[in-house]
Amino acid sequence: MPVLELDQLRVSISRPDGTEVLPVREVSLSVDAGQTLALVGESGCGKSMTCLAVAGLLPQRARIAAGTLKLDGTDMASLTAAAAFQQRRRTVASVFQDATGSLNPVRSIGWQIAEAVRLRRGATQAEAWAEAIRLLGRVGIAKPEDRARDYPHRFSGGMNQRAMIALAIAGSPRLLIADEATTALDVTIQAQILDLLADLQAEMGMAVLLVTHDLGVVARVADQVAVMYAGRVVERAPVRRLFAEPRHPYTQGLLGARPRIDRDIAALVTIDGAVPPLDAMPAGCAFAPRCVSADITCDRQDPSAARDGAGRFVACHRPGAARVAA
Amino acid sequence: MRFVAVKLLRSAVTMWLVITFVFVVLRISGDPTDILLPDDVAQEVREFYRVKWGLDQSLWQQYLAYWKALSTGDFGVSLRAGLPAWDMVMERAPKTLLLGLCGLAMALFIGIPLGVIAAQYQGSALDRGVMSFAVFGFSMPNFFLGIILILVFSLHLRWLPSSGSGTLAHLVMPAFTLGTAFAAQIARFTRSAMIDVSSRAYMRTARSKGAGPLRRVVSHAFPNAVVPIVTIIGLKVGELIGGAVVVETVFAWPGLGRLVTIAVANRDLALVQAILILIAATMILTNLIVDLMYGWLDPRVRDARNAAGHRREARA
Repeated sequence: MPVLELDQLRVSISRPDGTEVLPVREVSLSVDAGQTLALVGESGCGKSMTCLAVAGLLPQRARIAAGTLKLDGTDMASLTAAAAFQQRRRTVASVFQDATGSLNPVRSIGWQIAEAVRLRRGATQAEAWAEAIRLLGRVGIAKPEDRARDYPHRFSGGMNQRAMIALAIAGSPRLLIADEATTALDVTIQAQILDLLADLQAEMGMAVLLVTHDLGVVARVADQVAVMYAGRVVERAPVRRLFAEPRHPYTQGLLGARPRIDRDIAALVTIDGAVPPLDAMPAGCAFAPRCVSADITCDRQDPSAARDGAGRFVACHRPGAARVAA
Repeated sequence: MRFVAVKLLRSAVTMWLVITFVFVVLRISGDPTDILLPDDVAQEVREFYRVKWGLDQSLWQQYLAYWKALSTGDFGVSLRAGLPAWDMVMERAPKTLLLGLCGLAMALFIGIPLGVIAAQYQGSALDRGVMSFAVFGFSMPNFFLGIILILVFSLHLRWLPSSGSGTLAHLVMPAFTLGTAFAAQIARFTRSAMIDVSSRAYMRTARSKGAGPLRRVVSHAFPNAVVPIVTIIGLKVGELIGGAVVVETVFAWPGLGRLVTIAVANRDLALVQAILILIAATMILTNLIVDLMYGWLDPRVRDARNAAGHRREARA
């Protein structure tokens, strides 16, 4: 049973003028315990909004408009608001990009982690504090019993991200959402944090939903990859298959846009144009205006996701029509 | 501790400046004998009083004499009443302090919750209601609100006494009148501080760890919003003292407010000086408390102060 299962999830934001836009139009994916699914795509394609919907952190005007969201097998739509809150508190934890900003500046690191322990597991103050120190030590903070009393401004960005991870794994969540969790860190720290996440995942059997721009990170840690474009998952496949043989023209473009050191290419391949704005989605395939192999069908009809025999989903009328320029 | 010492030294300098300024301005702005003595009094009598009050001496001599007396705790004698100025002030100061503290407490107990609630329901009818109350409370002059209250609760309903002091019932209307305008301002500042804080990333973290709405406001948002609120309270204590003068007059509250009105009108030098010194000391003390509270409330400020102290020591 997958820890997280999304089926045609749709998120809508109602704007002050009464109209609605759909930052997430159709996202279907599932992540099993102990597995990592990477969600990739350009800025503004709905990755973060998907994560917020899963974690129950959607902004006030946004809501899940359609589709199903199952956490640990429970359909969240079938629960009352209070029960859904409880279910998420037990199952889901998130780590965000800006670790220092994500920690409360007037509360000690230990207090913040202990609070998470108490909220998720219901421990006494003393137990929670001891657990907070243990978790800080586990994520690689030296002298955790001293540093627990420190405030976030005394920690470096990398240490704060470790503290955030300690806060997130408090109470052993089933699903960890890492939304650009390593993007703001420098490369060596980034590698350490990724290793730490992988260790914790192996130890605790968490499912990880990893949002990233960095295809190098994807290749390194992901089991599955879901490529998003304009609020849709356009291709989803096991990581090796996706890298070896991308089928959707957008995936091909993304992979082609990677800088390669092992090949002598004068210029990086770029994808011309930009993601269509939310209030001006094309009638057909959202990628068609930028697609080199789009034909008249693509302009008229949004392709539905089709499955091949080997665990790959592609939403494209002409999959694999263009090869990666390499 | 070094920080406190520096602050205290600065407070002393401020105090000295206030005393000097008040002394000079009061003495160059006119002659008390013009007001306190009848117009048709003989020139000899006028001179007699000028000598008696030391006004015949040069400004410098008067200033030095004043400091000499101050150093022994003598604030001079009220020209009009002939009593020691400090005793007259101290007789009434506790009443004003009581009124001021009750007004402040009222303002905090009304203003902060209203601001928090308005921020929580930002844009809703509740928010608009609270904010219109704030505009109303802020724009209504103290004396007018006081008169309305007297009309309703004293004359019409006969629930509360309209003037005087002594019982808790006497305190209710003056404290409410004094606190309302302040409460309105605190509500506005609390609201904007809370709205500012609510969009910070750590509030999302609090939500993601499963903290309920009440816990998010009380344990996470408010401790961050409280620093700007404390700043405003510190700045506005002066206005509260000014408001107390008016409110005391309306409700015949026997505090400093009425004393200062009479003293200024009569150019009662020693009395005005004693009152102003007390008010200045109150303001300076308030600011000192506010400064100390910053460090207590915000660990970043505490660290920055300690770091500054260490740097100074390292240089020395």
